[in-house]
Amino acid sequence: MAFTAPKETYSGKVYPVTIGTGDKAVTFGGENVLPFHSFEGVTPSRPVISTEIQDVPPADWPETVRKPYEAVSGDPVTWAKFCQDELKAQAITVRLVGTHPDRENRSPADAVKTVKDLLAAVQVPLIILGSNHAEKDTAVLVAVAEAAKDKNCIIGKAQEANYKTIAAAAMANNHKLIAMSELDINLSKQLNILITQMGFDKEKIITDPMCSALGYGIEYTYSVMERIRLAALTQNDMTMQQPLLGDVGMYVWKIKEASAPEADLPQWGALEERGIAWEAETAAALMIAGAGLLVMRHPRAIKEVENLIDELV
Amino acid sequence: MALSGVEIFKLLPKTNCKKCGSPTCLAFAMKLAQRQASIDACPDVSEEAKKILGEASAPPIRPITFGSGEKAVKMGEETVLFRHDKKFVNPAAFAVEIKDTLSEDEIAKVCQQVIDSEIDRVGQKLRIDAIMISNVSGDAGKLEAAAKVVAAKAAAVPVIISTTNPAAAEAAVKLFADKRPILYGANAANADAMAAIAKGNKAVLGVAASGLDELSGLTEKIKGLGVEDMVLDSGARKAKDIIEHNTLIRRAAIKKGNKAVGYPVINFMQREDSLLEGLLASVGVAKYASIIVMSSIEKWKNLALFTLRQNIYTDPQVPMQVEQKVYLIGDPKPESPLFITTNFSLTYFIVSGEIENSKVASRLAVMDCEGLSVLTAWAAGKFTASKIAQFIQESGVEKDIASKELILPGYVAILSGALEEKLPGWKITVGPREANTIPAFLKTR
Ligand code: B12
Ligand code: SF4
Repeated sequence: MAFTAPKETYSGKVYPVTIGTGDKAVTFGGENVLPFHSFEGVTPSRPVISTEIQDVPPADWPETVRKPYEAVSGDPVTWAKFCQDELKAQAITVRLVGTHPDRENRSPADAVKTVKDLLAAVQVPLIILGSNHAEKDTAVLVAVAEAAKDKNCIIGKAQEANYKTIAAAAMANNHKLIAMSELDINLSKQLNILITQMGFDKEKIITDPMCSALGYGIEYTYSVMERIRLAALTQNDMTMQQPLLGDVGMYVWKIKEASAPEADLPQWGALEERGIAWEAETAAALMIAGAGLLVMRHPRAIKEVENLIDELV
Repeated sequence: MALSGVEIFKLLPKTNCKKCGSPTCLAFAMKLAQRQASIDACPDVSEEAKKILGEASAPPIRPITFGSGEKAVKMGEETVLFRHDKKFVNPAAFAVEIKDTLSEDEIAKVCQQVIDSEIDRVGQKLRIDAIMISNVSGDAGKLEAAAKVVAAKAAAVPVIISTTNPAAAEAAVKLFADKRPILYGANAANADAMAAIAKGNKAVLGVAASGLDELSGLTEKIKGLGVEDMVLDSGARKAKDIIEHNTLIRRAAIKKGNKAVGYPVINFMQREDSLLEGLLASVGVAKYASIIVMSSIEKWKNLALFTLRQNIYTDPQVPMQVEQKVYLIGDPKPESPLFITTNFSLTYFIVSGEIENSKVASRLAVMDCEGLSVLTAWAAGKFTASKIAQFIQESGVEKDIASKELILPGYVAILSGALEEKLPGWKITVGPREANTIPAFLKTR
């Protein structure tokens, strides 16, 4: 008997989002099917992986992921150029952790200088993230959004507590915006609605439903992403059709599996491979659930996820 | 697919004789539809009606057990496409391929790796579940010789024999006749012979096709030959095709009641690069594989895959939790430290593991917060100063300890003032935020 393939047609689609300018601009999203279901619809773009750097040296990153950047990470510009030129990064994410009041407490003016230097030095699209301190981020992100005017960056993250000012700054300076809520589909929808009610274009938002690492709550992120994608596609819910962000590196490289030496835990196997696999597997699983933009750290993990994407498209 | 009450009614004798205990055939049909009765209660129903009802009520993906004893692997029985709808039932099994071109020593080494692969994570024992012995040599004698080594060195491990040569299959499968192996490699050319061997040795038959059309034709043919237990290989090897085929098979079985593909799926994920192979396997874990065959099983890769499988297969409604009580770690004395945390399994196992690492005997008070992590429970109002105070007082731990000191998780330092008020006479100490600094924290005390 011939097999009747039970294909689905979906009523909605994911907005395509383009970041950066000129011939280095990249696009993600745009599909009208579940992730990698090219057999029943269109999937015009691959997921984009952005390589993460930060404004201060990564002293708090574990050895495995610090090592590949040892020679360059003393200065964000050298670091970014290395990612673009040597690692062929498609996009770069700078996390301004140094602005956090409990860290170096760098000023908005310091952050502006970092961002301007980066924009002058690299051509690939830039994603600019704050330190996840709701109050400080407001000042920092408003300043850097202006400094990067018309460069079509992504600014983030806007959260319930601070979205108004950050969204206004992104809008005034022609950037895309990350809207982050905490692992709850309704909160995520609500934040998108609040931001669009300000007049912000719904097709310029990237939804961050909040990441969690493999072994540390990934199933929650996975299912929230899957539910958001289903709402976008099967119910044509326009408030859920933004591409999804997987902010993978930050969550993975702080857990024990990424730093505990093999000598202490022989049953866990080689430390370096373990950390890299952890980041790559977390990214792969979230990509299958719906993430179209991934922020990652280790060059080998990034390369291997790209290899997987080659097989998936 | 399940039948409605009216559809079932049409199959019954319609005599309203009441022997089934129901007043009418229709009432009985309604009970059957709701699975509140068994068809056996009606003595007069025809054999044919029984067969139709039996098939309609069978799970859309056939439950199959592979291997025997403690390490037997359950497959199939899935009922949904997305884990948020309902818990995925039987976790994908991981298998490692052993080629029959390897030397006896090399085979023995992989067997040992499989046996040693078992680890404990969040209270569950996880391991590489199976070995696939493949006849890449094309030589029947070599396959049998390799199978003998595996049978001797990894006797308890479920086995897949991979060959398309019935003569080679017969000799190798015989070695595992009472252990429910999988015989993989039934195709259009050898189906009759392979089906006979599977039947004769109580093996599950692995069906190898190229494409879904051929696959569904083959399973029907093989079922006609009397083999009920099959696993499916659609021929997909590239990640893109694996997602497509696995999804279409799962949908057809669950949403359309297509019995021809209502069996567990086996995916072959072997890659040169072990890391890429692990990523492929994670696609299989998320997207409906029941068996994932790999070429290597390094410990780091196993840990990541075991963890992903455990995460994807947890119940989305109920977080894994442990019992509320004061756990003793090591052999605590009255002056040993007392910690508090929540009853989310992951939290408990991480914290108790780190306290064990520190080699300082301790008490760990685990409070029922409906399985939420420390910060989540705090944010949800379940891990508050008054609830903690009440739990500590009711636990009776006070009488076992010398000085009333309670060590709080660093992330909820904010609770310490209120707790000191609610627990008069107690000293509240704020511990570190991350559990992995507990050993250092205990050293400096
Ligand atoms: C998964 C998750 C959920 C899951 C629940 C999972 C679960 N079983 O708990 C769900 C989706 C249900 C959820 C819901 C909510 N969540 Co939530 N969630 C998370 C997430 C991503 C991971 C939590 C987790 O599993 N951590 C792992 C465990 C092991 O961590 P832990 O218990 O804290 O243990 C660590 C330490 O505390 C320490 N430790 C533990 N015990 C002890 C004891 C001692 C003595 C010591 C020294 C140390 C120690 O060791 C462990 C490892 O280092 C976190 C953010 C994050 N990435 O951390 C947010 C987070 C905890 N959630 C948060 C919030 C606000 C919520 C909600 C209120 C909001 C919402 N989204 O609706 C709800 C509340 C739930 C409810 N009403 O029922 C916030 C809390 C913010 C805050 N600081 O108050 C967080 C931090 C996210 C954020 N950044 O805003 N959440
Ligand atoms: S025993 Fe059978 S025939 Fe008799 S009432 Fe029940 S269903 Fe009808």
